[in-house]
Order: sequence, then structure tokens, then C-alpha cells
Amino acid sequence: MVLPKIPIGDTVAWLVDAADEYFGWLFDFITDVINFLVGNFTDLLIGMPPLIFIAIVALIGWRLAGIKVAIGSVLGLFLIWNMDMWKPAMETISLVVIATVISLIISIPLGIATARSDMVHRLVMPVLDFMQTMPPFVYLVPVVILFAIGNVPGLIATVVFAMPPAIRLTGLGIRQVPKDLVEAAEAFGATEGQKLVKVQLPLAMPTIMAGVNQCILLALSMVVIAAMVGVGGLGGMVLRGIQRLDVGMGFEAGLSIVIIAIILDRVTQKIGGKRKTTT
Amino acid sequence: MSKLIVKDLVKIFGKDPKKALELTKQGLSKKEIFEKTGQTVGVLNADFEVQAGEIFVIMGLSGSGKSTLLRLINRLIEPTSGKVYIDGEDITAADGEKLREIRRQKLGMVFQRFALFPHRSVLDNAAFGLEIQGVEEKERHEKAYKALELVGLKGWEHSDVSQLSGGMQQRVGLARALASDPDILLMDEAFSALDPLIRKDMQDELLDIQSKMNKTIIFVTHDLDEALRIGDRIALMKDGEVVQIGTPEQILTNPANDYVERFVEDVDMSKVLTAEGIMKRPDVVVTTKDGPRYALRLMREKGLSSIFVTSRDRKLKGIVTADCCVDAVVNGYNDINRLIIPDVPKVSPDTNLQDIIPLLADSKYPVAVVNEEDRLLGVIVRGALLAGMMKKGGDEDGAA
Ligand SMILES: Nc1ncnc2c1ncn2[C@@H]1O[C@H](COP(=O)(O)OP(=O)(O)O)[C@@H](O)[C@H]1O
Ligand SMILES: [Mg+2]
Repeated sequence: MVLPKIPIGDTVAWLVDAADEYFGWLFDFITDVINFLVGNFTDLLIGMPPLIFIAIVALIGWRLAGIKVAIGSVLGLFLIWNMDMWKPAMETISLVVIATVISLIISIPLGIATARSDMVHRLVMPVLDFMQTMPPFVYLVPVVILFAIGNVPGLIATVVFAMPPAIRLTGLGIRQVPKDLVEAAEAFGATEGQKLVKVQLPLAMPTIMAGVNQCILLALSMVVIAAMVGVGGLGGMVLRGIQRLDVGMGFEAGLSIVIIAIILDRVTQKIGGKRKTTT
Repeated sequence: MSKLIVKDLVKIFGKDPKKALELTKQGLSKKEIFEKTGQTVGVLNADFEVQAGEIFVIMGLSGSGKSTLLRLINRLIEPTSGKVYIDGEDITAADGEKLREIRRQKLGMVFQRFALFPHRSVLDNAAFGLEIQGVEEKERHEKAYKALELVGLKGWEHSDVSQLSGGMQQRVGLARALASDPDILLMDEAFSALDPLIRKDMQDELLDIQSKMNKTIIFVTHDLDEALRIGDRIALMKDGEVVQIGTPEQILTNPANDYVERFVEDVDMSKVLTAEGIMKRPDVVVTTKDGPRYALRLMREKGLSSIFVTSRDRKLKGIVTADCCVDAVVNGYNDINRLIIPDVPKVSPDTNLQDIIPLLADSKYPVAVVNEEDRLLGVIVRGALLAGMMKKGGDEDGAA
């Protein structure tokens, strides 16, 4: 006997088509908004003289993570400039920053919701498992169909890819706040909001910052994959290096990605670490 | 009118309290009900009134339902049935807004493990309740300063709570509860996590504060000594039920049933007649960094012929005698470590009096009382031992 094939693939394809047909206006709107954000921010970064950008990064690095990180950042950025990777690097940073911000705007409230309601927790966790085990190429295809080639599908895929750890760690951080501290807040008559803002979030901050750090690094790790759907920047350079067998260019672009990753990691890691010692 | 009225209060933990409630009416025990239904009887038919200005102690063994009863009063735990009135107002019927209002204005709480906020300074911990009420910063800090001064923490306002010792942390906990000037203080084993001597200090301090502020205090403890010491009245709990309520005198002389009698007996024997009960505070000690000259001066001041030596974290190192110190000073060496006699009689706080007597008789030094980590908790000298025995005799006369 031959078992009939369950038409999962066909169904998904049909759903994507239907979504495109009936909600096309919505996707167009999202596309416009994202293009507007990414375009302007990229222009701003590219338009800024590299020295000023380097000075700003050095200052932020110094304030948040200390002098060593600041010096390392300056050297790394000069190397990127020197390798002639400045413009693609700015495009990549712009996309990563915007993707991270969007991820966090979604993840942190969602993480808080999973901590506050067992119901939400039970609903969201399997979805996160699904998101994290599914290779990004798989959702790249429908996203491209809905949003066409360009920055937008790359950004959306990046957001999807970068969200799960931020949601998980936000939820975990809040659940880990000692029960008697939450009880104390309640005993003194705190509202739910006061409990969250004055006790749970501050105490969960090191864990939440670890989630933010993960989120940024995952976003950055997507740049090469995002380049496959038309995102430019360093990912595009790596991809071109592969296609043209230009080892030198591919390596320089890859190195630039690594430098940016290390800078972002060190700076955001130290924020979380610093909180940890005071709590 | 009573400040607090607790009426037929019941708390059953579990999904189907009705069934468990039925079984309690048939007279089944807490254990049987748990085996039959999987429901836990937390508190059963608690019924009492507390007057303004009273210190009302809830006492019982671990698991007897003390914490649950206390949390039913400010509704951190929702009752299964029954009523709680504060100043005649039914708190079990209050909506969220009203409940918060009552918690803010009338109820302060102190926790066993302190439950201080590690991300806030001592001052901001004390001011927490006022901050929640929306009191502006200047005023709430003023009140928090006052509350901290009241509990003896003046000068520590800007410290981190983690820098403080356990006793001081609980003072912050007390200040936090007092800062918003509530009528009622709920204290859940507030001093149980502290060293015995610090615990006694805190009890004194609480009585002192009470004489100034005249709060109504509901104090949970599993320690009969503590209950007797601070309680105006004591409610004794067993398996969720209040088995006797009375003044300390009534509880001691007239135990309502076997359970109370055993409790009273047990605790009496094991506390009053132990090392912990008769030891003196070890405030005259030297540490290993001090020199023999200093040790000698201290001994002369206090009229001692020997003195205990501890490390800086109060771990017992041994004892030095005046003779040795004189020798050292004369011969000009300054390291006290070489003078220490490490072999001194040591006992744990719960050692019985009978076992201490031979130690004292055999040794020319006082007996050291140390905890498991070898930290010096107290010192027993011959005089104190005698006093302890007198007390034993006196108590037995009183009970007879
Ligand atoms: N949240 C809870 N869920 C289920 N059972 C509980 C809960 N809290 C307390 N209990 C049970 O209720 C009984 C009384 O507990 P508790 O009030 O904490 O006792 P005590 O403070 O006297 O040690 C115990 O048997 C305990 O296991
Ligand atoms: Mg308890």
C-alpha cells in the first residue's frame, strides 16, 4: 500500500502565495518602513568621517568597557579602514544595529510575558525551539517571496534568527529573581508594574544583557547569509570573494566582520558583567 | 475593637480544597488528608484576635503552618475560606487597589532571609515602601534616615547591603518595615537566621523599639525561648491548627494538651540547660594580629588570667595565658601565634550542662563555645555554670 503524501510543502507554498495576494499592501508598507530606516541610518554612517566614527566608538567603548576595549576598537576600526572595507562595514553595522534594535523591541516584552505567564511560556517555548533548529535558508525563501530581494528580507531573516536567545534569557532572568524579594515587593503594596520595574528587571539585568549580547552576535553572524538575498555590506563582499574565487577580498571582508563582532561583544559583555558585580 | 481579627481562617494548598475541607470535618489528620487527596492543609480554622500594641507570637515546629498563617493576614496567600479584619475592615474582601492600600498604610513585613534588594543601597532599601507609595524623594529619604537611626544603623545609609553582617541586614529589614510607619508588623522568623547572641540583641532591640513605637506585632518563631521572651501572648500551632493561645506564663504552667506540654518540656530542657543558654558573649578576645602587650593589657583591665585568641573571622585559635605574655614581653618577642595553647576545651552551643561540668572541672581555662565552623560564639566560666544550675533548680520549683 502506498501512503498518500501529506501535502505540508504544498500547504506552506499556498499559504505564502495567499499571504502575498491578500496582505501585499502590508508587506509593502513594512518594506517601505525598513528601507527608510536602514537607508537613512546607513547614509548617516557612511556620510560621517571615519575619524569621527572611530572617536565615538572609542568613547563608548571606554565608558562602558574600559580603556583596553577602547584601544582595541580603535586599532580594529583603523584596520578596516585601511583594508578599504569602510563603506561595506558601515552598511553591515547599520543593518546589524537596526536588526538588533527591532529584535530587542520584540524580544524583551515577549521575554517578560513568558516569565509572567506560564501559559505564554508554554506557547512561546516550542516556537523558539522551532526557530532555533530551523536552518535560516528555509525561511529565507518565503521571506523573499513576500518582500522581494534586498535589505528587507535580509533584515527580517536576521531579526527572526537573533530573537530567540534574547527572549529566553529575558524570561529566565526574571524567573530567577529570588521569590522572597518579589514577595517583599508585594508585601509593601507594589503594583505589578512597580514590581517589574523596581525589582525584577534590575535584578534580571545581567541575564538580560547576556541575551542582548547573544542577539547582536547572532545578527552579525547572519550577514553572509543575508547577502544571499541581496543585502550588501561585508557579507556581500565575502560572497563576491567566494563567487570570484578572490581569496584576498573574501578574507579581508571576513576579517572585518570578525573585528566588528569582537568590538560589539566586548562592549556589551562588559555592560552585563559590570551590573553583575554590583548586584 | 481589636486591631486584628482572624476568623475561621483556612488555607488548603491544592486544586480541590473542598474535598480536603470535608475530610477535615470528619476529623482526618493532615497526613491522612494528604495521602488521600494530595492536598496540603496549611492552616485550619485559625481563630483569634490581637489587640493594638500587643506582641502576638505564633509558634510551632517547622511545617506547622506559621508562615502560611502570617501570609494570610496580608493576603500574600489567598485564604481558602475565613475572614481577616484589620481595624474592622475585611481584608479578604478587598479588591486589588484596596488591598495594596492596606498593605502600604497598615502592614509592614520582615522576612526570615531578610529579602533585601541587593541592587539598592541601605537607604533605598529602607525607603522602598515609601517609594512604592509615591512619596517624593526628599521626604522618603528623611523618613528612611529616621528609621535607620531607630534600628541603630546611623552612618550606614549609603553602604551596599551585601557589605553588612546578618544582624545588620535584618536591621535594614526592620527599618524598611518601620519607615512607612505601619500599625502592624508581620515578622516571619525574623531572627532565626542569626547567631544566638545577635538574636538576643535583636530581641532586646525589638522590645525597645516596641516600647517607643507601640506597634502591633505578629511574630512567627519556632523557638520557645524567643516566644517566651518577647511574646505578650503565644499561639501554639500544630499541623495547621492553633492548639493553644495564652500568655507565656499560661503556656508554661498550664499546657493545654500533651503536644504543648512536650513542646514546652523539650525546648525548656534543651535550651536553658545548654552551653548556649549559659555562655557569655566573647567580647574580650584578642586576634592573631594583636601582640602580647595588648593581650596583657586587656587581661589586666578585665582581671583575667588567660584570654582566647581568634583569627580575624572569629575562628578559635586557642588561648594565651598572662604568664606567657609577660614572658614574651620581657624577652622581646611580639608574635602572639607562638604563645597560643591550641588545646582548649570546646563545646557546641547545644551541648548539655552535664557534659560541660567535667570539662570545666578538669581544665584551668574557661570552656569555649564554637559552631561547626569553629567560630567562637561564647565563653563559659565557672560562675556562669553555677548560675545556670540555679536557674534549672528555680524552673523546676516553679513548674512543680
Ligand atoms: N505554596 C505551597 N504549596 C503547597 N504546600 C505548601 C505551600 N506553602 C506551604 N505549604 C505547606 O503548608 C504547610 C505549612 O507550611 P508553612 O506555613 O511554611 O510552615 P511553617 O512556616 O510553620 O514552617 C507545610 O506542610 C507546607 O509543606
Ligand atoms: Mg516558615
